[in-house]
Amino acid sequence: MKYLGIEPKRPKVGVFDFTGCEGCELQLANKEETVPAFLQAIEVVDFREISSTSSDDYEVALIEGAITRDDEIRRLKEIRKHAKLLVALGSCACFGGVNRLKNGYDLDAVNQEVYGTEPKETLPTQAVKEVVSVDLEIPGCPVDKAEVERIVQHLIWDVPYQFPAYPVCFECKQRYTTCVFELGQLCLGPIARGGCHAPCPAGGSGCWGCRGPAADPNLEEFLQIAKDRGFKKREIKERLSFYGGFEDMP
Amino acid sequence: MLFKVLGKKEFTTFIELLLNDTEVIAPKQVGVDTSGKPLHQYLPVQAFTEIDLSYETTEYSAKTYFLPFRENLSTCSFLDMVWDRQIKYRVQPRAIIGLHACDINALLKLDKVLAGDRFPSPYYISRRKNTFIVGIDHDPCEGGFCQAVGADVVTHGFDLYLTDLEDRYFVAINSERGFNVLQRVKTREPTARDNNDYLDVRRRIAGQFKPLEVHNLPNLMDIEFESKVWKKWADKCLSCGSCAMVCPTCYCYGIEERVSMDNAESAKVKQLYSCQFLDFAMVAGGHNFRPDRETRLKYRYYHQHRGFVEAYEEPLCVGCYRCGRVCLAGINPTDIIGDLQTEYQE
Ligand code: SF4
Ligand code: SF4
Ligand code: SF4
Ligand code: SF4
Ligand code: SF4
Repeated sequence: MKYLGIEPKRPKVGVFDFTGCEGCELQLANKEETVPAFLQAIEVVDFREISSTSSDDYEVALIEGAITRDDEIRRLKEIRKHAKLLVALGSCACFGGVNRLKNGYDLDAVNQEVYGTEPKETLPTQAVKEVVSVDLEIPGCPVDKAEVERIVQHLIWDVPYQFPAYPVCFECKQRYTTCVFELGQLCLGPIARGGCHAPCPAGGSGCWGCRGPAADPNLEEFLQIAKDRGFKKREIKERLSFYGGFEDMP
Repeated sequence: MLFKVLGKKEFTTFIELLLNDTEVIAPKQVGVDTSGKPLHQYLPVQAFTEIDLSYETTEYSAKTYFLPFRENLSTCSFLDMVWDRQIKYRVQPRAIIGLHACDINALLKLDKVLAGDRFPSPYYISRRKNTFIVGIDHDPCEGGFCQAVGADVVTHGFDLYLTDLEDRYFVAINSERGFNVLQRVKTREPTARDNNDYLDVRRRIAGQFKPLEVHNLPNLMDIEFESKVWKKWADKCLSCGSCAMVCPTCYCYGIEERVSMDNAESAKVKQLYSCQFLDFAMVAGGHNFRPDRETRLKYRYYHQHRGFVEAYEEPLCVGCYRCGRVCLAGINPTDIIGDLQTEYQE
């Protein structure tokens, strides 16, 4: 139906799964009350979680997971050829995610630790953007379905979506959460990108930065604050590298 | 002003009666910080025993009960090509017990902006009018500089205001509503001794504030517009907005349109915002008037201590020091104003 002179598009979307837990894919089928409308707005052509059709005919490719094998690199490059818009969905696809932790260790040792005497083929973990060009990144571990919905709406309306510029602290404060720094815990909230509604500090664990850095984060001051509050260098570094989102920062 | 004296027992009864038919918000201990100091917040309470009127301060101001962090301004539904718009104002009565003078003064300042004749906000006004306010006198909180900005005493903007005289409260009555509600319990007229005790307590409190030099601050700020002080502090700023969230007077907001996934409904959602965010002064086309932290931090102080004075003859800041306490980077008004004064003396 044409509305206000605009013919809404119904983009064909392929969902592809790489090295990850499929939690982000699962999120797409989450929020039951709006799933029918969500599937009305887009046409899913390749998506294991909710459909069995398989096709190469898609405009939007949602990539879930990090890239950790040769065959994944080949498959991803193939998808890039078909897709008009390639979207990295979730922290693994955007930054490498938790999978990236292994890059800090010897690859063979890691392989042996996990697979024992039957090692599997594996490469250092890469984010999707390290292999092919990415048009849009939707971070989160897992992604927030409400945000995915809004992004899809903007896609359909052909209006650019703006991720929040503010860090996690803002929404944390709006929840009335007592700052976990006051309770002696570490939190990446001041430098991590907001928009998640700060569930982790509210749950008492501080932010682990699953959405990557906020716009123009003040890393230098953050490190100073963490140090002044007695957190060890190693602890801070571990926290920053947990999802791989702060990898590019000095 | 009308004054009464209320026994402590009667006061308990008074609150219990209120609790029977009204939502009551009051200072409540929510934990302790790393140094063992109790942490309080203004929260809904169900029983008198949950209230801790001896609280020093709260991390958050009570602003959220008048300007919620998120508020649905209107909802539109679209059915059979017909639009229908719904607007709901909050009208349920609510009582807030135990506000300090600074926080009531903060409401008076918000009244000027949001309930004045230029841009009245029906959302704010309906909440403000339907909130019964009981204030209370207290010893200065750590870091508070309300006296310097003239916010340590309050003469209106509340229904009742208590001063603790140990075994009884000295009650100032500022509204017909306050007078009527107080009829529910037994009170008596103040004697000369009550009056004296009250004035003594007030004088004792007033003498305890640490001084902060704010003389001629708006002009000093104009002269120090290019001062190094701004960069010094702004280099530390995380642009996290926590200062504005806990501030009782910050009222900036953004509005977002939310459309339901099936395009049948939409909502205009207001969210309080902060001038410290990178995109606060971003306009259509992408130009940003305040792209750097230094300008943003400076303008926060200019609005609080200079711009508002020009518009309303008084600073916006009530000196509660919540922004200073909440700031992980240690940025605070006392040090910034102090630095500006020192700059000038040098
Ligand atoms: S708990 Fe974390 S996110 Fe919340 S205010 Fe504190 S630092 Fe910011
Ligand atoms: S609080 Fe931090 S770790 Fe938790 S969801 Fe938000 S960005 Fe991710
Ligand atoms: S002044 Fe402090 S609380 Fe305010 S935005 Fe900067 S770092 Fe956050
Ligand atoms: S600017 Fe700071 S001290 Fe002043 S009213 Fe706001 S929170 Fe309180
Ligand atoms: S401009 Fe800044 S300081 Fe002034 S009310 Fe808005 S958020 Fe608060």
